Amino acid sequence: MARAAFADSGADLQLIGVRKEFPGFTAIDDLDLTIPAGSFFALLGPSGCGKTTTLRLVAGLESATAGSILIGGKDVTREKAHQRPVNTVFQSYALFPHMTVLENVAFGLRRRGIGDPVAKAHEALKLVELDHVSSRKPAQLSGGQQQRVALARAVVNRPALLLLDEPLGALDLKLRRQMQLELKTIQGEVGLTFLHVTHDQEEAMTMADTVAVMNKGRIEQLGAPEELYELPRTAFVATFLGQSNLFAGEIVSAGDDVVAIDVAGRRIAVPTSRTRRRSGRVVLGVRPEKLLLHTTAPDYDSTVNSIGPGRVLDVSFSGVSTSYLVAVPGFGTVTVFAQNMVFGPVVTVGAEVWLSWRVEHGFGLDDDPADLPQLALDSDSEASLDEQRHRAVLAATDAEL
Amino acid sequence: MAIAAFAPTTAGAPQGETKRGGRTALFLLIPCIAYLALFFLAPLISLVLTSFQAPRLYGDIGQYDYAFRWENYADVIGEYWPQILRSFGCALAATVIALIISYPLAYFIGVTMRRYSLAQSLLLVLVVAPFFISFLLRTLAWKQILSNESPIVHALQAVSLLGPGEYFIGSPAAVIFGLVYNFVPFMTLPLYASLERLDSRLLEAGSDLYANAFTTFRTVTLPLSIPGIVSGTLLTFIPAAGDYINASRDFLGSPDTSMLGNAVEANFLVLQNFPAAAALSIILMGAILILVAVYVRRSGTDELV
Repeated sequence: MARAAFADSGADLQLIGVRKEFPGFTAIDDLDLTIPAGSFFALLGPSGCGKTTTLRLVAGLESATAGSILIGGKDVTREKAHQRPVNTVFQSYALFPHMTVLENVAFGLRRRGIGDPVAKAHEALKLVELDHVSSRKPAQLSGGQQQRVALARAVVNRPALLLLDEPLGALDLKLRRQMQLELKTIQGEVGLTFLHVTHDQEEAMTMADTVAVMNKGRIEQLGAPEELYELPRTAFVATFLGQSNLFAGEIVSAGDDVVAIDVAGRRIAVPTSRTRRRSGRVVLGVRPEKLLLHTTAPDYDSTVNSIGPGRVLDVSFSGVSTSYLVAVPGFGTVTVFAQNMVFGPVVTVGAEVWLSWRVEHGFGLDDDPADLPQLALDSDSEASLDEQRHRAVLAATDAEL
Repeated sequence: MAIAAFAPTTAGAPQGETKRGGRTALFLLIPCIAYLALFFLAPLISLVLTSFQAPRLYGDIGQYDYAFRWENYADVIGEYWPQILRSFGCALAATVIALIISYPLAYFIGVTMRRYSLAQSLLLVLVVAPFFISFLLRTLAWKQILSNESPIVHALQAVSLLGPGEYFIGSPAAVIFGLVYNFVPFMTLPLYASLERLDSRLLEAGSDLYANAFTTFRTVTLPLSIPGIVSGTLLTFIPAAGDYINASRDFLGSPDTSMLGNAVEANFLVLQNFPAAAALSIILMGAILILVAVYVRRSGTDELV
């Protein structure tokens, strides 16, 4: 009777040259991607970047215009959704409203003719701690409970590959953190391959082993969360995954250890291993929390880059840290996150400050500075402090959104 | 002290408001209640009373006195049981056929055409369009189309679906055909209304959980469209069981196909046997009420979301 057996372990997923065109636009453009078996892989990107389309292609809910999809080495490009060894936790949960929670969870098992579906469904519900509501209808559950039922309904089938389509999007922050932990635990326990699609960078970084940042139908960068955060390769990754201060400059010398870059007449060093460009114009970046704020000009030190003086445009206190917006001539508006080691902010708006960071914290991007219009900053010294401040705060808010 | 003085007033205020609100609602309901009492309840009581009337002693045809002659019921059942059975048989057949025709149609309009809202509206207009012409005229038109000399009947005879001396008009098939034709929109619209709300993401979830297209239909689409099926079949079955136009010899029927409605018509207008007509009407009403109650109970619509 059993037409299909449970997957013993997760399977790897391979996308080879996948394209997906919708009338009028290309959602995914020549995508190559390999997800190793048993990993927790996150596909991160803003809405409309093609991440959900990628997931639907893998699930078989959309068919690829070109390319092939392999699950566990088997080509499933031409297979229908119900023939593929994958299950999805939908963003909308898509629980069947006319069935009880138990019947929802047992649905996939019954379709595959797996023995004792009711007992297995109860087991899956116990895993998400919802066995006590098994006889209720989905509409009688809270959002978080529905989400866990959706998860149980997918996991109970032991698919080789589990697809998660922003399943935590509708939950409040606290429940979200709790579900993130639960998901991670379940993934570890059952050893499946998880492909998680999300636009929440924090969620992607805390949960996944590997994160792929997607933009405009292409993967911008792929790697472990720390690697992506500490060494972004493109301006998109640098600003989408956390915040970055980016400066454009001209490479003046490229040594074995450091590449020296001239930014607005100042020599900034970036480790050679952290930039791929060796000549011409380049964009370099540094994370706001790596910056130090000084009220006097720092002494020269070859292991530290320092810029300034600049003027503090805005100070906002957020509990664990304080963020300062500093206008530095030639560098534009620089964001600094400082931990609140003392009580409250150390400087006030209008103060003259210097900024510094250790050479090894800087990174060089692959982008051509000419392609980044946001860097064409006018060091508009004639504008009043208030005007500059207003503009800078607006820009910073924009970047956060 | 001051608080105690205020307490009853504040507590009483909303209560008074509810009472006033209740009175307003009652006042607004008066026309509706009066209308129902005058045009529904009074005729119903009159109908029940009529059904028990006895013929006036030495009176003319059509003269009856109030009595409690329950034998009227036994008499009409004894005389008209073939018509009663035929009514429910034809109505049932017409309902089933109309459902088979309407479901794919409603699915096509409500689900397949979802992306093209203009085409969807246009198709709905087409479903309703026949209502712009009197249904008597439309049924008469079918009588012309299916008449004994029509090419359709000749064609049916040529392929031996009809024997040499057989015709379509006057057969039970013609009556059922007419009922189906007239009631398909009543079936399609409620089905459309429930299928239009069908969440296509549930169908995706079905296919994601290893159900092929047919199984997804059987386990997801069909159960979720039960409210539409129930209201569609009721809207078709109830009027079809009482229909007397399609089965009448002036339209698509013959004396052999007459239904309960035709018996009521004959008793009331031709034979002037008002008690018999009334008794038949009440039997029809009672039977439909019982059937509908059982049907709605069995289909469990109250449990559906």
